[in-house]
Amino acid sequence: MTQRHFDEELSDLKTKLLRMAGQAEDQIDQALTALVTRDSTLARQVIERDHQVNALDVEIDEECIQLLALHQPAARDLRLVTTAMKIATELERISDLAENVCERAIELNEEPQLKPYIDIPMMGNMARMMVKQSIDAFVKYDATLARKVLKDDDFVDDLMEQLFRELLSFMLEDTRTISRAIRLSFIAKYLERIGDHATNIAELVVYLVEGKIIRHTTPPGSP
Amino acid sequence: MQDGHLHLPDNDSNTQAVKLTLNQVNFFYGDRQALFKIDVEILKNQVTSFIGPSGCGKSTLLRCLNRLNDLIEGARVEGTMLLDGVDINGPDVDITDLRTRVGMVFQKSNPFPKSIYENVAYGPRLHGIRNRGQLDQIVEEGIKGAGLWDEVKDRLQASALGLSGGQQQRLCIARALAVKPDVLLMDEPCSALDPVATAKIEELLFSLKQDLTVVIVTHNMQQAARVSDWTAFMYLGELVEFGLTKQLFTMPSKKQTDDYITGRFG
Repeated sequence: MTQRHFDEELSDLKTKLLRMAGQAEDQIDQALTALVTRDSTLARQVIERDHQVNALDVEIDEECIQLLALHQPAARDLRLVTTAMKIATELERISDLAENVCERAIELNEEPQLKPYIDIPMMGNMARMMVKQSIDAFVKYDATLARKVLKDDDFVDDLMEQLFRELLSFMLEDTRTISRAIRLSFIAKYLERIGDHATNIAELVVYLVEGKIIRHTTPPGSP
Repeated sequence: MQDGHLHLPDNDSNTQAVKLTLNQVNFFYGDRQALFKIDVEILKNQVTSFIGPSGCGKSTLLRCLNRLNDLIEGARVEGTMLLDGVDINGPDVDITDLRTRVGMVFQKSNPFPKSIYENVAYGPRLHGIRNRGQLDQIVEEGIKGAGLWDEVKDRLQASALGLSGGQQQRLCIARALAVKPDVLLMDEPCSALDPVATAKIEELLFSLKQDLTVVIVTHNMQQAARVSDWTAFMYLGELVEFGLTKQLFTMPSKKQTDDYITGRFG
Protein backbone atom coordinates (compact mmCIF):
# COMPACT_ATOMS: atom_id res chain seq x y z
CA MET A 1 0.00 0.00 0.00
CA THR A 2 1.27 3.43 -0.82
CA GLN A 3 1.83 6.45 1.36
CA ARG A 4 -1.28 8.08 -0.09
CA HIS A 5 -3.39 5.10 0.86
CA PHE A 6 -1.90 5.12 4.31
CA ASP A 7 -2.74 8.82 4.73
CA GLU A 8 -6.27 8.11 3.57
CA GLU A 9 -6.59 5.32 6.10
CA LEU A 10 -5.32 7.54 8.89
CA SER A 11 -7.81 10.21 7.98
CA ASP A 12 -10.53 7.58 7.81
CA LEU A 13 -9.52 6.43 11.29
CA LYS A 14 -9.79 9.96 12.64
CA THR A 15 -13.24 10.38 11.07
CA LYS A 16 -14.42 7.16 12.64
CA LEU A 17 -13.12 8.21 16.03
CA LEU A 18 -14.91 11.53 15.68
CA ARG A 19 -18.12 9.72 14.85
CA MET A 20 -17.70 7.54 17.91
CA ALA A 21 -17.04 10.60 20.09
CA GLY A 22 -20.15 12.28 18.69
CA GLN A 23 -22.22 9.24 19.59
CA ALA A 24 -20.76 9.08 23.09
CA GLU A 25 -21.54 12.77 23.63
CA ASP A 26 -25.10 12.19 22.40
CA GLN A 27 -25.45 9.32 24.83
CA ILE A 28 -24.46 11.56 27.74
CA ASP A 29 -26.77 14.30 26.52
CA GLN A 30 -29.76 12.00 26.11
CA ALA A 31 -29.07 10.29 29.43
CA LEU A 32 -29.17 13.65 31.20
CA THR A 33 -32.40 14.59 29.40
CA ALA A 34 -33.95 11.25 30.32
CA LEU A 35 -33.02 11.86 33.95
CA VAL A 36 -34.18 15.47 34.20
CA THR A 37 -37.42 14.98 32.25
CA ARG A 38 -38.02 11.62 33.97
CA ASP A 39 -38.45 10.01 30.57
CA SER A 40 -37.91 6.25 30.99
CA THR A 41 -38.64 5.56 27.33
CA LEU A 42 -35.79 7.80 26.28
CA ALA A 43 -33.58 6.18 28.93
CA ARG A 44 -34.29 2.75 27.41
CA GLN A 45 -33.44 4.05 23.95
CA VAL A 46 -30.06 5.28 25.21
CA ILE A 47 -29.36 1.86 26.73
CA GLU A 48 -30.26 0.16 23.46
CA ARG A 49 -27.98 2.46 21.46
CA ASP A 50 -24.88 1.60 23.49
CA HIS A 51 -24.11 -1.29 21.15
CA GLN A 52 -23.47 1.17 18.31
CA VAL A 53 -20.61 2.72 20.26
CA ASN A 54 -19.33 -0.75 21.15
CA ALA A 55 -19.35 -1.74 17.48
CA LEU A 56 -17.29 1.33 16.57
CA ASP A 57 -14.85 0.51 19.36
CA VAL A 58 -14.24 -2.93 17.85
CA GLU A 59 -14.03 -1.51 14.34
CA ILE A 60 -11.46 1.13 15.33
CA ASP A 61 -9.43 -1.44 17.23
CA GLU A 62 -9.30 -3.73 14.21
CA GLU A 63 -8.34 -0.90 11.91
CA CYS A 64 -5.52 0.20 14.20
CA ILE A 65 -4.17 -3.34 14.47
CA GLN A 66 -4.20 -3.62 10.68
CA LEU A 67 -2.42 -0.29 10.27
CA LEU A 68 0.24 -1.40 12.74
CA ALA A 69 0.71 -4.75 11.03
CA LEU A 70 0.72 -3.53 7.45
CA HIS A 71 2.50 -0.19 7.71
CA GLN A 72 4.66 -0.40 10.82
CA PRO A 73 4.09 3.31 11.40
CA ALA A 74 6.73 5.34 13.23
CA ALA A 75 6.96 8.66 15.03
CA ARG A 76 3.79 10.80 14.82
CA ASP A 77 1.93 8.13 12.82
CA LEU A 78 2.72 5.54 15.46
CA ARG A 79 1.56 7.89 18.19
CA LEU A 80 -1.62 8.62 16.26
CA VAL A 81 -2.55 4.95 15.78
CA THR A 82 -1.77 3.87 19.34
CA THR A 83 -3.52 6.92 20.76
CA ALA A 84 -6.62 6.31 18.61
CA MET A 85 -6.85 2.78 19.99
CA LYS A 86 -6.75 4.01 23.54
CA ILE A 87 -9.18 6.88 22.94
CA ALA A 88 -11.68 4.41 21.46
CA THR A 89 -11.54 2.43 24.70
CA GLU A 90 -12.13 5.58 26.75
CA LEU A 91 -15.13 6.54 24.60
CA GLU A 92 -16.60 3.08 24.94
CA ARG A 93 -16.38 3.37 28.74
CA ILE A 94 -17.97 6.82 28.59
CA SER A 95 -20.90 5.39 26.67
CA ASP A 96 -21.20 2.57 29.23
CA LEU A 97 -21.41 5.16 32.01
CA ALA A 98 -24.16 7.04 30.13
CA GLU A 99 -25.98 3.71 29.99
CA ASN A 100 -25.53 3.33 33.76
CA VAL A 101 -27.00 6.80 34.31
CA CYS A 102 -30.06 5.70 32.35
CA GLU A 103 -30.44 2.50 34.38
CA ARG A 104 -30.47 4.52 37.61
CA ALA A 105 -32.83 7.11 36.02
CA ILE A 106 -35.36 4.38 35.20
CA GLU A 107 -35.21 3.19 38.82
CA LEU A 108 -35.57 6.75 40.10
CA ASN A 109 -38.62 7.30 37.94
CA GLU A 110 -40.44 4.59 39.91
CA GLU A 111 -40.57 6.96 42.87
CA PRO A 112 -41.39 10.65 43.31
CA GLN A 113 -38.51 13.02 42.53
CA LEU A 114 -36.33 13.58 45.59
CA LYS A 115 -35.21 17.08 44.73
CA PRO A 116 -34.93 19.36 41.71
CA TYR A 117 -32.01 18.22 39.57
CA ILE A 118 -29.68 21.20 39.23
CA ASP A 119 -26.14 20.19 40.14
CA ILE A 120 -26.34 16.84 38.35
CA PRO A 121 -27.14 18.25 34.89
CA MET A 122 -24.47 20.90 35.50
CA MET A 123 -21.94 18.17 36.28
CA GLY A 124 -23.11 16.13 33.33
CA ASN A 125 -22.85 19.02 30.90
CA MET A 126 -19.40 19.87 32.18
CA ALA A 127 -18.30 16.25 31.74
CA ARG A 128 -19.78 16.17 28.24
CA MET A 129 -17.99 19.42 27.41
CA MET A 130 -14.73 17.88 28.62
CA VAL A 131 -15.26 14.92 26.31
CA LYS A 132 -15.98 17.26 23.40
CA GLN A 133 -12.95 19.45 24.07
CA SER A 134 -10.60 16.53 24.55
CA ILE A 135 -11.72 15.20 21.15
CA ASP A 136 -11.39 18.66 19.59
CA ALA A 137 -7.86 18.77 20.99
CA PHE A 138 -7.21 15.38 19.37
CA VAL A 139 -8.46 16.51 15.97
CA LYS A 140 -6.53 19.79 16.09
CA TYR A 141 -3.39 18.36 17.71
CA ASP A 142 -3.90 21.02 20.37
CA ALA A 143 -2.02 20.25 23.59
CA THR A 144 -3.04 23.58 25.16
CA LEU A 145 -6.72 22.75 24.85
CA ALA A 146 -5.99 19.25 26.19
CA ARG A 147 -4.35 20.75 29.28
CA LYS A 148 -7.41 22.97 29.85
CA VAL A 149 -9.54 19.81 30.00
CA LEU A 150 -7.30 18.49 32.77
CA LYS A 151 -8.05 21.58 34.84
CA ASP A 152 -11.81 21.33 34.26
CA ASP A 153 -11.83 17.93 35.91
CA ASP A 154 -11.34 19.60 39.31
CA PHE A 155 -14.60 21.46 38.83
CA VAL A 156 -16.50 18.21 38.21
CA ASP A 157 -14.86 16.58 41.23
CA ASP A 158 -15.84 19.53 43.45
CA LEU A 159 -19.44 19.39 42.26
CA MET A 160 -19.60 15.72 43.09
CA GLU A 161 -18.30 16.30 46.62
CA GLN A 162 -20.88 19.05 47.12
CA LEU A 163 -23.65 16.79 45.87
CA PHE A 164 -22.58 13.95 48.17
CA ARG A 165 -22.81 16.22 51.19
CA GLU A 166 -26.26 17.41 50.16
CA LEU A 167 -27.52 13.86 49.57
CA LEU A 168 -26.05 12.75 52.88
CA SER A 169 -28.09 15.38 54.69
CA PHE A 170 -31.24 14.09 52.97
CA MET A 171 -30.49 10.58 54.12
CA LEU A 172 -29.74 11.65 57.71
CA GLU A 173 -32.98 13.59 57.96
CA ASP A 174 -35.29 11.01 56.40
CA THR A 175 -34.41 7.37 55.91
CA ARG A 176 -37.10 6.99 53.25
CA THR A 177 -34.93 9.02 50.90
CA ILE A 178 -31.97 6.64 51.14
CA SER A 179 -32.64 4.51 48.07
CA ARG A 180 -33.16 7.57 45.87
CA ALA A 181 -30.23 9.46 47.38
CA ILE A 182 -27.94 6.49 46.80
CA ARG A 183 -29.06 6.23 43.18
CA LEU A 184 -28.39 9.92 42.70
CA SER A 185 -24.95 9.49 44.31
CA PHE A 186 -24.25 6.71 41.83
CA ILE A 187 -25.22 9.00 38.98
CA ALA A 188 -22.94 11.72 40.33
CA LYS A 189 -20.12 9.17 40.49
CA TYR A 190 -20.80 8.01 36.90
CA LEU A 191 -20.62 11.58 35.66
CA GLU A 192 -17.45 12.17 37.60
CA ARG A 193 -15.99 9.05 35.96
CA ILE A 194 -16.94 10.43 32.54
CA GLY A 195 -14.86 13.49 33.45
CA ASP A 196 -11.98 11.16 34.36
CA HIS A 197 -12.18 9.39 31.00
CA ALA A 198 -12.17 12.78 29.24
CA THR A 199 -9.07 13.58 31.29
CA ASN A 200 -7.48 10.36 30.07
CA ILE A 201 -8.23 11.34 26.48
CA ALA A 202 -6.70 14.77 27.09
CA GLU A 203 -3.57 13.16 28.52
CA LEU A 204 -3.35 10.93 25.45
CA VAL A 205 -3.58 14.03 23.25
CA VAL A 206 -0.64 15.59 25.08
CA TYR A 207 1.31 12.40 24.32
CA LEU A 208 0.19 12.47 20.70
CA VAL A 209 1.38 16.04 20.24
CA GLU A 210 4.41 16.27 22.50
CA GLY A 211 5.45 12.65 23.00
CA LYS A 212 5.28 13.19 26.77
CA ILE A 213 3.44 10.75 29.00
CA ILE A 214 1.84 12.93 31.66
CA ARG A 215 -0.56 10.48 33.27
CA HIS A 216 0.26 9.13 36.71
CA THR A 217 2.74 11.95 37.14
CA THR A 218 0.99 13.79 39.99
CA PRO A 219 3.22 13.49 43.05
CA PRO A 220 1.76 11.34 45.85
CA GLY A 221 -0.17 13.28 48.45
CA SER A 222 -1.17 16.12 46.17
CA PRO A 223 -4.92 16.74 45.75
CA MET B 1 51.19 -5.54 13.67
CA GLN B 2 51.25 -3.56 16.84
CA ASP B 3 50.54 -5.50 19.91
CA GLY B 4 47.18 -4.91 21.50
CA HIS B 5 45.36 -4.07 18.33
CA LEU B 6 44.13 -7.54 17.64
CA HIS B 7 42.64 -8.06 21.07
CA LEU B 8 38.93 -7.86 21.52
CA PRO B 9 37.64 -5.00 23.64
CA ASP B 10 37.45 -5.76 27.31
CA ASN B 11 33.88 -6.76 28.12
CA ASP B 12 34.21 -5.52 31.65
CA SER B 13 34.90 -1.99 30.52
CA ASN B 14 32.23 0.64 30.56
CA THR B 15 29.78 -0.16 27.79
CA GLN B 16 29.03 3.52 27.39
CA ALA B 17 32.65 4.21 26.44
CA VAL B 18 33.09 6.11 23.21
CA LYS B 19 34.65 4.08 20.40
CA LEU B 20 34.60 6.55 17.55
CA THR B 21 34.40 10.31 17.74
CA LEU B 22 33.76 12.42 14.67
CA ASN B 23 34.43 16.08 15.11
CA GLN B 24 33.41 18.62 12.47
CA VAL B 25 34.05 16.18 9.65
CA ASN B 26 33.79 17.54 6.11
CA PHE B 27 34.33 15.33 3.10
CA PHE B 28 34.90 16.30 -0.51
CA TYR B 29 34.85 14.33 -3.74
CA GLY B 30 37.01 16.81 -5.64
CA ASP B 31 35.04 20.08 -5.60
CA ARG B 32 31.84 18.51 -4.43
CA GLN B 33 31.30 18.47 -0.71
CA ALA B 34 29.55 15.28 0.42
CA LEU B 35 29.66 15.63 4.20
CA PHE B 36 29.14 18.79 6.20
CA LYS B 37 30.45 19.28 9.73
CA ILE B 38 29.52 15.88 11.07
CA ASP B 39 29.76 15.57 14.83
CA VAL B 40 28.94 12.20 16.29
CA GLU B 41 30.08 9.84 19.00
CA ILE B 42 29.71 6.12 18.40
CA LEU B 43 29.60 4.08 21.57
CA LYS B 44 31.48 0.88 22.17
CA ASN B 45 29.56 -2.42 22.11
CA GLN B 46 26.52 -0.78 20.62
CA VAL B 47 24.90 -0.97 17.22
CA THR B 48 24.59 2.43 15.56
CA SER B 49 22.67 2.79 12.33
CA PHE B 50 22.78 5.54 9.76
CA ILE B 51 19.62 6.15 7.81
CA GLY B 52 18.68 8.71 5.19
CA PRO B 53 17.67 8.99 1.54
CA SER B 54 20.05 7.94 -1.25
CA GLY B 55 22.90 10.35 -1.68
CA CYS B 56 22.66 11.73 1.84
CA GLY B 57 26.26 10.75 2.56
CA LYS B 58 25.73 7.83 4.91
CA SER B 59 27.83 5.38 2.88
CA THR B 60 30.49 8.04 2.36
CA LEU B 61 30.63 8.52 6.10
CA LEU B 62 30.86 4.78 6.70
CA ARG B 63 33.68 4.47 4.18
CA CYS B 64 35.53 7.30 5.91
CA LEU B 65 35.66 5.21 9.06
CA ASN B 66 38.15 2.76 7.59
CA ARG B 67 39.52 5.15 4.97
CA LEU B 68 38.12 3.32 1.99
CA ASN B 69 37.64 6.72 0.39
CA ASP B 70 41.43 7.10 0.24
CA LEU B 71 41.22 5.05 -2.94
CA ILE B 72 39.13 7.67 -4.68
CA GLU B 73 41.06 10.28 -6.55
CA GLY B 74 40.48 13.83 -5.35
CA ALA B 75 38.80 12.70 -2.14
CA ARG B 76 39.64 14.83 0.86
CA VAL B 77 38.66 14.78 4.54
CA GLU B 78 38.64 17.65 7.01
CA GLY B 79 38.05 17.50 10.75
CA THR B 80 39.02 14.73 13.11
CA MET B 81 37.89 11.13 13.35
CA LEU B 82 39.12 9.44 16.48
CA LEU B 83 39.20 5.70 17.03
CA ASP B 84 39.85 5.12 20.74
CA GLY B 85 41.17 8.67 20.87
CA VAL B 86 43.60 8.31 17.96
CA ASP B 87 43.01 10.23 14.73
CA ILE B 88 42.56 7.63 11.99
CA ASN B 89 43.70 10.13 9.38
CA GLY B 90 46.87 10.90 11.35
CA PRO B 91 50.27 10.48 9.66
CA ASP B 92 51.33 7.62 11.96
CA VAL B 93 48.35 5.45 11.25
CA ASP B 94 49.06 2.27 9.32
CA ILE B 95 46.11 1.88 7.00
CA THR B 96 46.31 -1.92 7.00
CA ASP B 97 46.28 -1.89 10.74
CA LEU B 98 43.29 0.45 10.71
CA ARG B 99 41.34 -1.82 8.36
CA THR B 100 42.19 -4.79 10.54
CA ARG B 101 40.62 -3.04 13.48
CA VAL B 102 37.74 -1.64 11.46
CA GLY B 103 36.27 -4.40 9.30
CA MET B 104 33.67 -3.96 6.63
CA VAL B 105 30.85 -5.93 5.06
CA PHE B 106 29.31 -4.72 1.84
CA GLN B 107 25.89 -4.69 0.27
CA LYS B 108 26.70 -7.43 -2.17
CA SER B 109 28.41 -10.43 -0.68
CA ASN B 110 31.85 -10.75 -2.21
CA PRO B 111 33.48 -14.01 -1.19
CA PHE B 112 36.79 -14.86 -2.83
CA PRO B 113 36.52 -17.62 -5.45
CA LYS B 114 38.13 -20.01 -3.01
CA SER B 115 36.98 -22.56 -0.48
CA ILE B 116 34.89 -21.57 2.52
CA TYR B 117 37.88 -22.28 4.73
CA GLU B 118 40.29 -20.21 2.66
CA ASN B 119 37.94 -17.23 2.61
CA VAL B 120 38.08 -16.98 6.37
CA ALA B 121 41.74 -17.98 6.70
CA TYR B 122 42.81 -15.39 4.14
CA GLY B 123 43.07 -12.41 6.51
CA PRO B 124 44.88 -14.24 9.34
CA ARG B 125 47.28 -15.74 6.76
CA LEU B 126 48.09 -12.24 5.49
CA HIS B 127 48.84 -11.32 9.07
CA GLY B 128 51.42 -14.11 9.14
CA ILE B 129 49.58 -16.88 10.88
CA ARG B 130 50.82 -20.13 9.33
CA ASN B 131 50.16 -22.67 12.05
CA ARG B 132 47.42 -24.98 10.78
CA GLY B 133 45.94 -25.66 14.19
CA GLN B 134 45.76 -21.99 14.98
CA LEU B 135 44.20 -21.22 11.59
CA ASP B 136 41.64 -24.00 12.05
CA GLN B 137 40.66 -22.45 15.32
CA ILE B 138 40.36 -18.94 13.92
CA VAL B 139 38.30 -20.19 10.99
CA GLU B 140 35.97 -22.09 13.26
CA GLU B 141 35.54 -19.17 15.65
CA GLY B 142 34.94 -16.76 12.77
CA ILE B 143 32.34 -18.97 11.10
CA LYS B 144 30.68 -19.70 14.42
CA GLY B 145 30.68 -16.00 15.23
CA ALA B 146 28.87 -15.38 11.97
CA GLY B 147 26.28 -18.03 12.81
CA LEU B 148 27.21 -20.17 9.82
CA TRP B 149 29.07 -23.09 11.39
CA ASP B 150 26.30 -25.67 11.50
CA GLU B 151 25.50 -25.07 7.85
CA VAL B 152 29.04 -25.41 6.48
CA LYS B 153 31.13 -27.41 8.96
CA ASP B 154 31.01 -30.53 6.76
CA ARG B 155 32.07 -28.77 3.60
CA LEU B 156 34.70 -26.26 4.57
CA GLN B 157 36.74 -27.15 1.50
CA ALA B 158 33.84 -26.57 -0.90
CA SER B 159 33.78 -23.41 -2.95
CA ALA B 160 32.31 -20.36 -1.21
CA LEU B 161 30.53 -19.52 -4.43
CA GLY B 162 28.28 -22.54 -3.96
CA LEU B 163 26.69 -21.01 -0.86
CA SER B 164 23.36 -19.19 -0.91
CA GLY B 165 23.31 -15.38 -0.87
CA GLY B 166 22.59 -15.22 2.84
CA GLN B 167 25.29 -17.78 3.59
CA GLN B 168 27.78 -15.89 1.44
CA GLN B 169 27.01 -12.70 3.32
CA ARG B 170 27.55 -14.46 6.65
CA LEU B 171 30.78 -15.90 5.27
CA CYS B 172 31.91 -12.35 4.52
CA ILE B 173 31.08 -11.46 8.11
CA ALA B 174 33.10 -14.49 9.26
CA ARG B 175 35.98 -13.30 7.07
CA ALA B 176 35.78 -9.86 8.67
CA LEU B 177 35.64 -11.39 12.15
CA ALA B 178 38.67 -13.63 11.53
CA VAL B 179 41.08 -10.73 12.03
CA LYS B 180 39.29 -9.82 15.27
CA PRO B 181 38.27 -6.25 14.51
CA ASP B 182 37.07 -3.75 17.13
CA VAL B 183 34.55 -2.20 14.81
CA LEU B 184 32.43 -3.76 12.08
CA LEU B 185 31.05 -1.50 9.37
CA MET B 186 28.10 -2.82 7.40
CA ASP B 187 26.89 -1.12 4.27
CA GLU B 188 23.35 -2.32 3.47
CA PRO B 189 24.29 -5.86 4.49
CA CYS B 190 20.81 -7.31 3.95
CA SER B 191 19.52 -5.46 0.93
CA ALA B 192 20.09 -8.43 -1.36
CA LEU B 193 18.79 -11.03 1.09
CA ASP B 194 15.42 -12.61 1.70
CA PRO B 195 13.60 -12.08 5.03
CA VAL B 196 14.89 -15.33 6.55
CA ALA B 197 18.53 -14.60 5.71
CA THR B 198 17.98 -11.01 6.86
CA ALA B 199 16.61 -12.20 10.18
CA LYS B 200 19.74 -14.36 10.67
CA ILE B 201 22.05 -11.42 10.09
CA GLU B 202 20.00 -9.20 12.36
CA GLU B 203 20.07 -11.87 15.04
CA LEU B 204 23.81 -12.05 14.58
CA LEU B 205 24.19 -8.33 15.28
CA PHE B 206 22.90 -8.86 18.80
CA SER B 207 25.62 -11.37 19.55
CA LEU B 208 28.33 -9.46 17.69
CA LYS B 209 27.92 -6.36 19.77
CA GLN B 210 29.00 -8.26 22.85
CA ASP B 211 32.49 -8.15 21.42
CA LEU B 212 32.57 -5.28 19.00
CA THR B 213 31.06 -2.04 17.90
CA VAL B 214 28.78 -2.19 14.88
CA VAL B 215 27.99 0.66 12.52
CA ILE B 216 25.37 -0.13 9.91
CA VAL B 217 24.03 1.82 6.97
CA THR B 218 20.56 0.76 5.92
CA HIS B 219 17.72 1.88 3.70
CA ASN B 220 15.37 -0.31 5.62
CA MET B 221 14.10 1.81 8.48
CA GLN B 222 12.41 -1.08 10.20
CA GLN B 223 15.76 -2.82 10.22
CA ALA B 224 17.41 0.19 11.82
CA ALA B 225 14.62 0.23 14.39
CA ARG B 226 15.00 -3.49 15.08
CA VAL B 227 18.74 -3.84 15.33
CA SER B 228 20.30 -0.61 16.46
CA ASP B 229 20.71 1.02 19.84
CA TRP B 230 21.44 4.39 18.29
CA THR B 231 20.23 5.90 15.05
CA ALA B 232 21.59 8.79 13.04
CA PHE B 233 19.47 10.44 10.39
CA MET B 234 21.38 12.13 7.58
CA TYR B 235 20.15 14.38 4.84
CA LEU B 236 22.10 16.19 2.11
CA GLY B 237 25.42 15.44 3.74
CA GLU B 238 24.40 16.72 7.16
CA LEU B 239 23.65 14.84 10.32
CA VAL B 240 20.11 15.99 11.08
CA GLU B 241 19.46 14.01 14.21
CA PHE B 242 21.24 11.46 16.32
CA GLY B 243 19.76 9.71 19.30
CA LEU B 244 18.58 6.54 20.95
CA THR B 245 16.71 4.45 18.39
CA LYS B 246 13.69 4.01 20.62
CA GLN B 247 13.46 7.78 21.02
CA LEU B 248 14.07 8.59 17.35
CA PHE B 249 11.39 6.20 16.12
CA THR B 250 8.71 7.29 18.56
CA MET B 251 9.39 10.96 19.15
CA PRO B 252 12.03 12.41 16.84
CA SER B 253 13.01 15.94 17.78
CA LYS B 254 13.37 17.26 14.24
CA LYS B 255 10.50 17.58 11.80
CA GLN B 256 12.76 16.42 8.93
CA THR B 257 13.41 13.16 10.77
CA ASP B 258 9.73 12.69 11.46
CA ASP B 259 8.89 13.31 7.79
CA TYR B 260 11.50 10.83 6.65
CA ILE B 261 10.65 7.96 8.96
CA THR B 262 6.93 8.37 8.34
CA GLY B 263 7.59 8.30 4.59
CA ARG B 264 6.48 11.88 3.92
CA PHE B 265 9.72 13.23 2.70
CA GLY B 266 10.03 16.26 0.49
